[in-house]
Amino acid sequence: MASYCSALITAPDTRMWTTAVDEDTMKKNLLLFKKLICGALIAGTAFITGCGMGGDGSATQADQATTITVYSSRKEHLLKPLFDQYTAETGVQIRYITDKAGALIQRLRAEGATTPADMLITVDVGNLWQATELGLLQPTESTTLDANIPAELRESENRWVGLSVRARTMVYSTDRVTEGELTTYEALAADTWSDRLCLRTSKKVYNQSLVASMIDTLGAEQTETVVRGWVDNLATAPFSNDTKAMEAVMAGQCDVTIVNTYYFGRLKKKQPDAALALFWPNQADRGVHINVSGGGITKHAKQPEAARKLLEWLSSPEAQRKLAENNQEYPANGGVKPSAEVASWGEFKADAMHVEAAGRLQAEAVKLMDRAGYL
Amino acid sequence: MWQLPTLMTAALVLMPITVIFLSWGSDQTEIWQHLIETQLGRLLKNTLFLLLGVGIWVMLLGVSLAWLVALCEFPGRRYLDWALMLPLAIPTYVVAFVALGLMTYSGPLHSLIRATFGEDAWFPDIRGPIGVIAVMTCVLYPYVYMLARSAFLSQGRNLMDASRLLGVSPWRSFFRVALPMARPAIAAGTSLALMETLADFGAVAVFNYDTFTTAIYKSWFGFFSLTAAAQLASLLLLFVALALYTEQRARGDGRLHQNPRRQQSERYQLRGSRAWLASGYCSVVVLVAFLVPVLQLLAWVWETRAQDINEIYWKLVAHTFSLGGMASLIAVTLALLVAYHQRLQKRHHNNTTERLATLGYALPGSVLAVGIMLAFASIDAGVINPVRQWLGLAPAQILLGSLFALVLAYVVRFFSVAFGPIQSGFARIKPSYQEAAQMLGSSHWQVLKRIYVPLLTPGIFTALLLVFVDTMKEMPATLLLRPFGWDTLAVRIYEMTSEGEWERAALPALTLVLISIPPVVIMIRRSRAVS
Repeated sequence: MASYCSALITAPDTRMWTTAVDEDTMKKNLLLFKKLICGALIAGTAFITGCGMGGDGSATQADQATTITVYSSRKEHLLKPLFDQYTAETGVQIRYITDKAGALIQRLRAEGATTPADMLITVDVGNLWQATELGLLQPTESTTLDANIPAELRESENRWVGLSVRARTMVYSTDRVTEGELTTYEALAADTWSDRLCLRTSKKVYNQSLVASMIDTLGAEQTETVVRGWVDNLATAPFSNDTKAMEAVMAGQCDVTIVNTYYFGRLKKKQPDAALALFWPNQADRGVHINVSGGGITKHAKQPEAARKLLEWLSSPEAQRKLAENNQEYPANGGVKPSAEVASWGEFKADAMHVEAAGRLQAEAVKLMDRAGYL
Repeated sequence: MWQLPTLMTAALVLMPITVIFLSWGSDQTEIWQHLIETQLGRLLKNTLFLLLGVGIWVMLLGVSLAWLVALCEFPGRRYLDWALMLPLAIPTYVVAFVALGLMTYSGPLHSLIRATFGEDAWFPDIRGPIGVIAVMTCVLYPYVYMLARSAFLSQGRNLMDASRLLGVSPWRSFFRVALPMARPAIAAGTSLALMETLADFGAVAVFNYDTFTTAIYKSWFGFFSLTAAAQLASLLLLFVALALYTEQRARGDGRLHQNPRRQQSERYQLRGSRAWLASGYCSVVVLVAFLVPVLQLLAWVWETRAQDINEIYWKLVAHTFSLGGMASLIAVTLALLVAYHQRLQKRHHNNTTERLATLGYALPGSVLAVGIMLAFASIDAGVINPVRQWLGLAPAQILLGSLFALVLAYVVRFFSVAFGPIQSGFARIKPSYQEAAQMLGSSHWQVLKRIYVPLLTPGIFTALLLVFVDTMKEMPATLLLRPFGWDTLAVRIYEMTSEGEWERAALPALTLVLISIPPVVIMIRRSRAVS
């Protein structure tokens, strides 16, 4: 393509312009104007033929055969080790960009059939649901995926497949809370927790999914009562992240909060003697709220076969172990044990995934939290 | 032909704005109803309070510091002169996070106070409007400082001296003579700061302080409605356009030209306690707005043992540097041409086209980024690919995902950052210089090259630096539009912070700051030499 390009740039018609301008002895302004036009023409031609891009953007036909393109809202430092290993094992190159899920989904939409992306990787089932709903992902038939990942952690036609599981549970102060005090998410709305609760902001998708799953099981009315109870019990305004909320519990500003387990793992790694512990709520009924990070093959993938192989590899025990350990999450592959650290938090009964709820009910959950004054 | 750059810039900015306004074609009543019922009142109140607070404080800080540094002499002035500019290099969300870390209940300050004065000791929680205003002011006052400083420098003290010889008191002279003359610069700086406040999402998100942008993001990420988000953003844009227009109207038609000849006037020598007060004041600002955040960043880099310094890291630095360079050169060149065109028409107001061209800065970054992306995608689909087809090539993404598109996006976003300093520079130059040169037979290019560019040097350097630093810090457009492999330091900061790993974000953040220091120092040196 590059040679085609340079041929076009030096093609007779554009050169004629240049020489014509050079020989022009008319007014300088006119000369300059022509130069501008000429420059625009050359630049335009370059763009249309695709060599004005520079960088690594212009993959040639030859290496496209072995290059998979990934759009990911999982971060580079979590994915790159895995991708590097895959490249080392198979010779298949993987290039990727990372961004927020919402932005990547919009980009996929805008690009349509010309998208370079073969795979979308993102966190939160609501985002995966949204990408599926917009028709951005294609079904994948794969016995490997079916065998590796339990059915409840993937879309019915494998339009997306869960790659790791995260649990959103409670963290409490071991100094000021006795274990018997904690029971369910709903119970945190009771008066006994007045001025003892800390929460992360309702603008975070993890809380939106949690509330959506509650709407799914309890109904909107009862959920709103619970959320209002939480808001009444807040010891301080909601925090912008889980870590800050746990630090507030440590400092004594409040006694309990709701966080994703891996944030707890990270905090414990830094401060092993922090007087905090995990609690698994709702063990007598529906179980702990879980969510997934996952991936799917794009509708207009140029390399659907290669992308499928990569997805299958990501679901394999070896990759699963690494993927989960990188961020202290739970492997989606049922045959893979979580890391020793994660396993030490104990086993728990997980709530079924509320895929529909996370997707369709997310907007309702946001509205509900707005009405309840949960900032 | 001199209107070509103006038209080009306006067209460029118009692309994403059109995309955003097109959103009104679709009905989003449900979301609007919900927002009006539960959110908008509170958000508007929050936003106005924030704008008011930041506006007042950046003006107070920026103008007072600029005056001291430009026209007074006191211990340490030579260093404070450039050090006061440095907070600009730290991304707002980084300062926000550092402030939050130090000043919340669980932070070291609170803990110390509780340990000393007992559990019930009161200390203000920074997670309120006061904290957000303080943080924004710390990061944004340099816009006003920078522009006011070069205005004061080129004013010199001649007119002040004249006023005082006529028996007007020093303070009164300042308010009646020096300040009005610097007004275009102060207004340009303040409006940059306010536009950035209005568009900010990072810092307010760290504080969980809801503003109008919160509604935009909520519509997009919470309600999955980019359309409603775009509608909200377009309202924001209208508001800014109106505010800018009003400011220009209020400024009136007064012309403030001055002798651009080098004015080697002496600075006011401050003595005794006043001198120390001046150095103390400037030093405290540098300490709070720059040194404390940087020390915290250093501590974090130390904590993580600089584990991320490797080949990838150096690549990030190189990308960041070259993107900043490209964007600032292009934006400043365009700004110069547009301002010159304005000058040719002997106008002192921005006309519609120019006003349009400067609107990009007021949009929340993510919304602008999506607007640009959609515009580029439709050019790919509607113009480039038909031509490619005609040439017998397969359709592909050419514009979208190219380096060119990313740089264009920066230009769209930061054009007004470049335009402000250059325009206010032009405003201070007498038109008679140009008239004389043209009478002597100079062409427009010669006038621009031999008269305006040298006279405008401080303004041009200010513009280059501002765009350079802003581009390096820019996050949403870089994330969405960068070509494969073109990760920058800002991208790395995003990846770490969005996972809550602030300690590991410290290295790229600190690097951004370090990269920005040499250009700041050079700029100040140059502007000293010229003014």
